[in-house]
Amino acid sequence: MNNYIATYYNADKLAKAWSVIQADFLRETGVTLYITLMATLFAILIGLPLGVLLVTGDQKGIHPLPKPLMTFLNGLINLLRSAPFIILIVVLMPITRAIVGRAVGNTAVIVPLIIAAFPFVARLVEGSLREVNPNIIEMSMSMGASTWQTVTHVMLPESVPSLITSFTTAVTTILGYTAMSGAVGGGGLGNLAITQGQQRYNQAVLLAALIVLVILVQVFQSVGTWLAKKADKRIKE
Amino acid sequence: MIELRNLSKSFTTAGGPVDALKHVSLTIRDGDIYGIIGMSGAGKSTLVRCINMLERPTEGSVIWDGKDLGALSKKEIQQVRHQITMIFQSFNLLMQRTCLENIMLPLKLIHMPRAQAKARALELLETVGLPDKANAYPAQLSGGQQQRVAIARALATDPKVLLCDEATSALDPKTTHAILELIREINRKLGITVIVITHQMSVVQEICNRVAILENGSVVEEGEVSQVFSYPKAAATKALVYPDVAKGMEPDDGENDQTLRVVFQGNDASKKPMIASMAIDCHIAATILSATTRTLNGKAYGNMLLRIPGGPDELARAIKYLSAEPNVVVQVDAEYSPESGRMEAQHE
Repeated sequence: MNNYIATYYNADKLAKAWSVIQADFLRETGVTLYITLMATLFAILIGLPLGVLLVTGDQKGIHPLPKPLMTFLNGLINLLRSAPFIILIVVLMPITRAIVGRAVGNTAVIVPLIIAAFPFVARLVEGSLREVNPNIIEMSMSMGASTWQTVTHVMLPESVPSLITSFTTAVTTILGYTAMSGAVGGGGLGNLAITQGQQRYNQAVLLAALIVLVILVQVFQSVGTWLAKKADKRIKE
Repeated sequence: MIELRNLSKSFTTAGGPVDALKHVSLTIRDGDIYGIIGMSGAGKSTLVRCINMLERPTEGSVIWDGKDLGALSKKEIQQVRHQITMIFQSFNLLMQRTCLENIMLPLKLIHMPRAQAKARALELLETVGLPDKANAYPAQLSGGQQQRVAIARALATDPKVLLCDEATSALDPKTTHAILELIREINRKLGITVIVITHQMSVVQEICNRVAILENGSVVEEGEVSQVFSYPKAAATKALVYPDVAKGMEPDDGENDQTLRVVFQGNDASKKPMIASMAIDCHIAATILSATTRTLNGKAYGNMLLRIPGGPDELARAIKYLSAEPNVVVQVDAEYSPESGRMEAQHE
């Protein structure tokens, strides 16, 4: 134990770690937030409508779509969800290049992140919308609402607290994925922990990056939980 | 006028096809408060959902306002649903929206300008007696208040017909009474035709003018409430109208005793001590197995289940004696009597 501390946490290592923290941490935290939030935003933009489609287009939904189409959508989502993210990054490089002009760097890593996260978000949205009381959906149909009106006026507003909780789960998961951005030259805290910490035998940098990541997850989760609770009007005051 | 013509609906379930409705034909006149009553599983909910095409009938048609609703397009059905609105057992309010926003919902669907919709919603809150609940959320209201908001919402688009699907089944008797009063008032003041689906006879008794009794997907009896309830014919109707005879009071099978059902109508019949007179005049000491009275449209109705000791002779004398009273109907009750035949005598 003493040996471990002497090797990894001696005065020299700690001084180096401190200089890394001072020089890079704020910037890299910003990069992590940028990648995470952009990826989450686009994952929701694609995943939310897709999740709605999974519920309404179901054979028992309010607007059943052709069965082959639904089977294809479900299959695609399952396929994307089963691919490990690190492999997805490499496989998607040509597509990334086509979309953002380059396959490496901070912006480039957002593309595979979106591809990895939107199916996950779609499933979360699907779960949230399936929680909506079917009697309330029947009520909406009974007052002459179209499918679109039922989705926008009833299903989505009724599931807002649940959707906030789902999106919180999504943002924390995507934050975890950003650690792998280093594989394609993306920055962020995860990359910093690996390049400045693990590869230079400086455990203190690793530990510091970990602490910041934990704090970020805690903040996202707390804000999400607070918002979901505040949005939910079912709780009696 | 709503006309249901030979309406049938069957569902395919894992256990094979189920006929929820079998050849139902009913006519509901404008201004009626029409009760459709039946035990659970009788097909009431399916029937009411066929009226606004939430369920497409397998066979038959629904004619409203001269239109065959089954032949309309999806868009046209949506238009009809602004005219035939619905309230539910579980109220079905949006829990994340205020009362005001809930009432504004059907108005948003028809693209009414927001200010106008808000004014209309406030007016409706007044109508249902909740002017101070505009900004309250449903979770802050009692069941009765939630149903009032649901009624206000159902009235928002100025409907011609209001469908009530077990609207008071989740409420206590006092609140039920208040909600039924409100529905009656809406029927009278706004001239809205009301169709009431219920399993509670008391609901039909309290507000309906006509009633249909549904059993296993078929209408077994239909007519004016006073007529159906004072002289029920079908077994399902009797089961609803006559309270159960308490266990242990049922006549013993081995004996010769006969059971008589005595139904009397109007106040005259209740003035004379019939049973006591019969004991004195005919020397028949009848045992009262059960007796109830109720008021329909201001008129008293009563029914008694009597056990007549002795044999067929005594029974015939008792029938003759009791039938001689004005407004009294006597029948040998098939359900409680070993004799399968039924004797009926009516004296108006």
